[in-house]
Amino acid sequence: MKLTMTCLLTVLLLPFTASAAGRDDLLNTYAAAAKAASSAYSGFSPARGEKLHSTQFATGKAETPSCTTCHAANPRLGGRTPSGKVIEPLAVSVNQARYSDPLKVEKWFRRNCIEVLGRECTPLEKGDWLSTMISQ
Amino acid sequence: MNIPLRPIALALITLVFSFTFLQRAQAGGGHFFAPVTDTVVKAECGSCHLAYPPSMLPSRSWTLIMADLKKHFGDDASLDAATTERIARYLNDNAADTGGQRFGRKLLRGVSLENPTLRITELPKWVSEHRKISPGEWKRKDVVSKTNCVACHADAERGYFNE
Repeated sequence: MKLTMTCLLTVLLLPFTASAAGRDDLLNTYAAAAKAASSAYSGFSPARGEKLHSTQFATGKAETPSCTTCHAANPRLGGRTPSGKVIEPLAVSVNQARYSDPLKVEKWFRRNCIEVLGRECTPLEKGDWLSTMISQ
Repeated sequence: MNIPLRPIALALITLVFSFTFLQRAQAGGGHFFAPVTDTVVKAECGSCHLAYPPSMLPSRSWTLIMADLKKHFGDDASLDAATTERIARYLNDNAADTGGQRFGRKLLRGVSLENPTLRITELPKWVSEHRKISPGEWKRKDVVSKTNCVACHADAERGYFNE
């Protein structure tokens, strides 16, 4: 009986552990790349990520000066795309499905960083930002 | 034998009447456009805006749109080659002048198939269908843009674009 319950619980929790593993893999990949880029690297910082999220860069497209143009400043809330479609919250605490697919994460970093900053984000920026959203 | 003609006639009339209107209701009264069923197309085209039914534009429009996703109405929507090709094939197969004719035929009135618009909101039929919407309504906070069908058409995701 106890075994059955354990099995059941494991199966039920599997989707969460799987996405958590995907997120850890991503962070490890960014950490390795950040370390390779600079010897000064000493881990990701959710505080830096928060700053990145709210900074008005205005170095990319005029319509999208910051992440918060479309995403809510509070990552636990939803946002809106320029066409009006609702964007689900970014914070993992309210949106468990986030960042479980590394290809999807990379696709959106590429598109959005170019639109907001006018360039691709560095591995350090990606890791900082991601750790903010995971910790929220 | 005395056959009760009146009840039979009444029953027949009721049946014909309900069939006609039930079918129209199911078809969305001409406002139904089969929604995207392909999961990749739905996910990729539906992340920034509604995954518009392919029968809303002619094949040529979809080809032109898919040929330059890096400049997608001002946004970078680029994808890897395999995904791009898969989406392009799906849209072309179900366009208003190919597989989606049953739904999109009316939308093609006055549209050149060689040099068509790329915007659904520029189709003459779309413009005339929305002519009574006041500027104030378009500026409503939850509307944001003319491309945001679901703000008014609650069942747009399922293909129904009734009022």
